[in-house]
Parts: sequence; C-alpha cells; structure tokens
Amino acid sequence: MVDGKPNNEQRTTNNYITMKLYLKIWRQKDASSAGKIVDYTLDGVEGDMSFLEMLDILNEELISKGEEPVEFDHDCREGICGTCSLQINGEPHGPDRLVTTCQLHMRKFNDGDTIVIEPFRAKAFPVIKDLIVDRSSFDRIQQAGGYISVNTSGNTVDANAIPINKHAADEAMDAATCIGCGACVAACKNASAMLFTSAKVSQFALLPQGRVEAVERVQNMVRQMDLEGFGNCTNTGACEVECPKGISLTNIARMNREYLSATLKG
Amino acid sequence: MDSKIPSGPLADKWTKHKNDINLVNPANKRNIDVIVVGTGLAGGAAAATLAELGYNVKTFCYQDSPRRAHSIAAQGGINAAKNYQGDGDSNYRLFYDTIKGGDYRSREANVYRLAEVSGNIIDQCVAQGVPFAREYGGLLDNRSFGGVLVSRTFYAKGQTGQQLLLGAYSAMNRQINRGKIQAYNRHEMMDLVLMDGKARGIIARDLVSGEIERHSAHAVVLATGGYGNVFFLSTNAMGSNVMAAWRAHRKGAFFANPCFTQIHPTCIPVSGEHQSKLTLMSESLRNDGRIWVPKRKEDAVAIREGKLKPTQLAEEDRDYYLERRYPAFGNLVPRDVASRAAKERCDAGFGVNKTGEAVYLDFASAIKRYGKEKALTSGIKNPDEATIIKLGEEVIEAKYGNLFQMYEKIVDQNPYKTPMMIYPAVHYTMGGLWVDYNLQTTIPGCYAAGEANFSDHGANRLGASALMQGLADGYFVLPYTIGDYLSDDIRTGKIPTDSKEFDEAEKQVRDRMEKLMGGSGIHSVDYYHKKLGKIMWNKCGMARNAKELEEAIKEISNLRKDFWENVKVPGTIDSKNQELEKAGRVADFLELGELFAKDALHRNESCGGHFREEYQTEEGEALRDDKNFKYVAAWEFAGEPKDAKLHKEDLVYENIELKTRSYK
Repeated sequence: MVDGKPNNEQRTTNNYITMKLYLKIWRQKDASSAGKIVDYTLDGVEGDMSFLEMLDILNEELISKGEEPVEFDHDCREGICGTCSLQINGEPHGPDRLVTTCQLHMRKFNDGDTIVIEPFRAKAFPVIKDLIVDRSSFDRIQQAGGYISVNTSGNTVDANAIPINKHAADEAMDAATCIGCGACVAACKNASAMLFTSAKVSQFALLPQGRVEAVERVQNMVRQMDLEGFGNCTNTGACEVECPKGISLTNIARMNREYLSATLKG
Repeated sequence: MDSKIPSGPLADKWTKHKNDINLVNPANKRNIDVIVVGTGLAGGAAAATLAELGYNVKTFCYQDSPRRAHSIAAQGGINAAKNYQGDGDSNYRLFYDTIKGGDYRSREANVYRLAEVSGNIIDQCVAQGVPFAREYGGLLDNRSFGGVLVSRTFYAKGQTGQQLLLGAYSAMNRQINRGKIQAYNRHEMMDLVLMDGKARGIIARDLVSGEIERHSAHAVVLATGGYGNVFFLSTNAMGSNVMAAWRAHRKGAFFANPCFTQIHPTCIPVSGEHQSKLTLMSESLRNDGRIWVPKRKEDAVAIREGKLKPTQLAEEDRDYYLERRYPAFGNLVPRDVASRAAKERCDAGFGVNKTGEAVYLDFASAIKRYGKEKALTSGIKNPDEATIIKLGEEVIEAKYGNLFQMYEKIVDQNPYKTPMMIYPAVHYTMGGLWVDYNLQTTIPGCYAAGEANFSDHGANRLGASALMQGLADGYFVLPYTIGDYLSDDIRTGKIPTDSKEFDEAEKQVRDRMEKLMGGSGIHSVDYYHKKLGKIMWNKCGMARNAKELEEAIKEISNLRKDFWENVKVPGTIDSKNQELEKAGRVADFLELGELFAKDALHRNESCGGHFREEYQTEEGEALRDDKNFKYVAAWEFAGEPKDAKLHKEDLVYENIELKTRSYK
C-alpha cells in the first residue's frame, strides 16, 4: 500500500506494557558552563506516550524531589512547528522515520532500554541550556534572501492571472514543507545546512514569482550560510534520511545549479 | 460601548472609512515606533506591513523564531470569496455564512470587511510564493468546509497554516534585513505600560537570560492568539497562553465573550492521563470522511471490548448520525453542531474506543469512489476491487497524506484500512479582547488582532476562517486603522522608558515573579494546570448548566488561592527557567477561567459553541434568545475576576435577518 509504512503487527506488541528506561541526558547550566551526561531511571513508561510526555513525567519526578527539571524545546507537539530538537541515541528525532521528536512514541522502545538524549550538535547551534540550542542562524539565512520582495499591500495581480504547472507547484510545496528544525544539520558529519537552505531556494526557484530575484537570492543565502559556520556538503545523504518532512536531496542539486548559474551570470 | 462602525451602506463602509481616516506621511512614520506582540499570521502580517509602510517595528514572541507561532499548525485551508469555481460565491455569501455560522453573535460591519478583503489575501499570498494546491490547468484548487454550500477554501495540502505563516515570516524577514523590524524572539510580554491612559510600551522578559526589559512605543499591537489552553488539554501549542491579553485586561482592556470557545469535532481522542496535548485532524477530512457509530449498543460494547472490528459491521448496522440528522449539510455541518452530535451519541453509550469517547471517521466509501474514477481516467476497464482500493488510497494519500501519517504515528492504526477514531477537543477561542471597528481595545493605543480579539466569529467560527481573519487583520485592516491613531503622535517624539510608569510596571512584574517563586513548594505548576483543565472541561465544556458553572467559579477561585500559596517553582528568576514561564501563564489562566465561567453563567441562552443545557429545543438544538442576549458581553476588570463589570454592545443587524440556524 502506502510506501514506507512500518508493519502494524510488530508495533502494537509494546503498547500496554509499561517500561523501565535508563536515560542518559545532557545537562548544561547555560551557554558558558560545561555540560555532562547525567543518568536517570524512569519507570512506568507506556507505549502510547510520546517521547516528550515521557520527559514530562521525568520532570515531574525531578520537581517533586526538589531537583531542577530537564529543559528542552517543544511547542506544538504535533510535528509541524519544528521547535523540538533532540538527538536520541545519536539520531536527530530518534529512531523513527519522518517524525519529529514530539511525534516519536515510546512504543518504539523496549523495556530496559538505555536512551541517550543530547541536544543537536553543531557549531552554528550553540547550547543555551540542557537540551536547548540556539538556531537563530537559520533565521539569519532566511533574512538574507528567503523571500520574494513584494509589499503586502494586496495590490498585486489576481491570484489566477499566472497559471503555474501543477507539478512545479507540487514540487515547490514539497520543498516548502521544511519546518526548520535543524535535524539535517545535526545529522550531517559536517554540520552542513545545505538541505535547509536549498529547500527555500528551491521553493522559489520552481515558481515564476520567485524567478525574478533568483540570482541574488541564492548568492545571498549561501553567503550567509557560510558566514554562520555551517560546514560543506559531501553528499552523504544523512540529512535526507533524518529529515522529519522528507525534504529531498534533489533540492541541494537544484541549489547547486542555481548557485553555479548565478555565479556565471553575476 | 462605541464600536465606531462607519455610517453608510454595508458594502461601502470600509472604503468610506479608509477615505475618511487620517494618514501619517512617510517622513513622520520614521519617527513612530510600534510594538507587535505575537508573530503568528496576524502579528507577523501586521509587523511586516507596518515596517513596509515605514514605522519602526519591534516584534516579540516566546518561540525561538517567528516561524514557529501556532498559526503554523492550521491544516485545512483559508476561505476567500473568489468564486473561482463559479458556484455562486460572493462577498455577501461569505459574509452571510460567517454571520450565520457564528450564530448571529458577531458584528456585521467587521465580518463584511473580512469577506471584502478575503480575495486580496489570496492574491497577496500567491505573489509571496505561497504554494497553494493547483489543478492540472495551473489554476488554484478549492475545497469545501463545514457550514457552507460552496467551495471557497484554498489550501496547501494539510499544511495551509504553515505555508501562510512562512509567507508572513518571509515578509518579516525582508523587513528585518532592511532594519525596519527588530525581532525579539524568546521574549515574553509580562505587562503593558500605560502613560496618561495610553498604551506606551511593554515590560518583557528575555527567556534566555531572565533579564527584565523595558520597551516603549507609540502603540502596542497584541496578536497573541487564543486562550484554549485554559482547558490544559487542547489543540493549542504547549506555550500558547493568555498572558499578554490578560495583562492588558487587568490594565483596562475589556474582555469580550470569554465563554465562546470552539470545541472542534475531529481530534484524536485522549489516550491516557499522561496526555499533554490533543491533535486535530483537519475538518477538510469531512469532505470525504463519513462519521458514524454502531446502530446497536451491543455492537458498540463489542467494539470497545475489542471483540468486533468496525470493518466487520455491515452498512445497515451503522448510524451515520450527521447524515441522518442534517441531510442538507450532512458531514459538513458546522463544528459546534458536529461536536455536540458526537457527544450526544457517546453519552448515550455508542462510543467506540476504550474510554467510550470516540466516533468513527470513515474513508472506505471515498476510497472506492475515487478508485473507480481514477480507474476510468487511467483507462482501466472492469477494474477489480483490489485495484479500485489501491487507486483510491493513492488519491486519498495525495489529498490528506500528512494527516493520515500523523494519525498513524499517534494512534498506531492504519486509517487507510480501518476508520479513524475522533472526538471533540478544545481548539479555538472566539472570545478575546474587545475591539472596535479599528481593532483598538478600550485602552487607547492598544490594538488586538487575530484570535486575540473577539470580533469576527461570533459564538462559533467556521472552518478555514481563522487564517482568513488573522491575515486580514494583519495585512489589510490594522495597517490602515492604526495610522489614524498614530497621526496624533507625529510630534510626540520617542517615548522614554525611565519614567515612573515604567518603574512601577517593572516592579510589579518582579514582585509577581518573586511571589511565584516564594510558594511553599508542594505541587508543580502542571498539577494546578491539569486541575484547572478538568474543572473547565467538566463544567464549562461542550454542555454547561447554571449549577455547575456556579461550582466552577468557586472551585477555580479556591484553586487559584491554593496555587499562589503552594506552587513549587524550581530554579531562579534571572536565568532560563521554563517552570517559571509556565507558572506565570497558569496564574493568568486561573483568573481567566473564572471570568469564563461567569460569562457562561450570565448568558442564559444557547448559541454556537456556548450550549446551556437549560436552553435547548426538543430536538436538542441550541435555543438562542435574541430578545435578551443579542449583545457582546464585554467585561471590565474590577479586582477579582468574579467581580468583573459587564458592559453590553448591542449587535445591530441591518442586512441580515436573524433566524434560527438550521443545517437540516
């Protein structure tokens, strides 16, 4: 049927068994302090809980014991805002595919498992506290050119004045679904932000509205990406595998073409 | 209450108003500062537009980036009266549907303006590169939503809110790059600062360093969303809160219709006590999904016990109760009607999951219908059942793939093969800060936009109208109306922050935080939030009655006292402290909840999302009382929430005849 759907039978087995887990969690007071891994044991975890609800329970226990709870970023808890950002057993957003941490459920783990939880690691994502990192570098890449320069006055042409090929529109939409979580950077051995940057470049490159500024856009965004200290792309493809939204590597290829042709023109 | 609605015929009011109001010349705009709190659709759009116009804008959001505001989670679409489908749509029809959908408790002039600018929103978003869904001919596609008989909803898969927000965010980024917007992310507004009765700034807390900051401006825009999290469990983001609006309320802004809350019919049911939030399944699914429960109670029991599968139940043993009760609108009745109908069936013992609080949303017949059509258009003659289902599933996946995937991840069942289970959940709040036609609150210079105000949706919001309102307010309404106010400020000069008003406001903020930290330390913040949520859901939820509302007022008041004495907030004030952030928000929910119950208690009628058990027809439909309650209830803060003073804005209907809402 629908590709990539895991086998149902296998997954429901863990559902109503409670689990005891051994957690190894990165604790760091603030940006200027050194951090370390701290061990916690958590009992009574259910398969229906999300990974973050598991951490909620740990935090309630810590608070009741008079300890400081583990801080982590999260907000919508439905996989779309891109706020949650945990490195779980070495993988951004954990072992499941096409999900963010908030949509990862504990049925993916087994009783007695040890789970290592760290913040996303990259030079351009400094740790703020515990598992929270600063991803404002992503905002700055967008500010460098991730937009079409039209005023919001509404005095534009009718929305149907320019027909757009459905395939191009769909492809632009696929690129635009990036949630800016940073998993691609955390997955990459070079901490490259090519997948993130190329998704926005591609969205606009595929649409006639975006072509007008295509040359400046790709140059400015790539320049900012380099300034922020992200690494180079060596085509390992880890970013695509770990991306919770399935953003395709073809976006990187498209950005490379756009960049090359912009450089030749420029 | 002076709502400042312009005179003249309905369709001319907005144009006339724009011609009459004062403008600020470009050179003077450079000397005027505006603070925008909240960077979702309304705030982001307003900030970008005000900056383009030339004002100096500061934005504030608690998230780490404006792109993460909870508008991002809106799924289904955005309405606009484009009439691209040629199915008879018009500004008037969108206006009429919205007023009727809101059960005749919204303001005619505001709603007409909303319909009037709706088409512009789509033009604007396409120009910004928002990748709306298109047909093969290259033109924009539409779908239908509840409570209407036309297809006027534009969409981008099931991620319309995300795409529109990223559009507004990109417009903001352009202005940040130009230096016209200063974005303060990971900052929370702690209080509003008034000088000579006017809003002149805010006290904010840097959520990373814990530092308290003073920011002044000539006007303050609150676009901080709704207060659904007063129920603890809702489809809102974990951080969504009422603090900014409530702080303004305490400083003099009236709070309107707090009891008008939308319980959305299609959410994933609660699975257990550990649950931290609820997930919506877009209303667009009701285009193709059919809602049902078993006809016989024994079948429902067998399903709950796991002895029977829904797919084993024959067609004639199913009760498609919406199609049965509302043949004209069927599965696409408005949200309040669909939610109550689900509750009615579950209360009667026909619920289909462990807790008995779930109904089915079934795609089997849509899969077959689409499969047959696809087989025909693909040139397959006499397709077998398996081929039809395979093709049909592909069509459904193309339309709703991300929603189906989300459902499967959470529930661990495959919705292509077995019907989804759904149950109503708190989703949106129609109530909010009272604003006049200019979106100004009762505090001069303090504006409210988007879900944070009360103005357009009456007692029930129609699907795909929240995105429309947020962007209309932000792009096309506020930038005009705020200029009228700011035209008096061209000679004011920069507002200093070293005044006694700022001193006092900052001191109050610090004292409050110290008080929160100084509790005896027995229970966590979440303990109180969950308790409040239970009171709200049980006594101020889908059905309300006077006795329970009176109990709720007392219980919330007692809980609030307990909270301030015994809450436990670890960590320190001057550092990153998520528990302290939550504590401040819950403290305000504990006040708002009481006003909410008071408002619900005073409104002795049923309308839209506000259903009072005492006021219903024999068939169990809402019984409105236009003679006594055809008004906006605007509450003025007076110490304790339960002592709030009621002000009434009579709603005048000059263009629409008040009728009993019928979707039969």
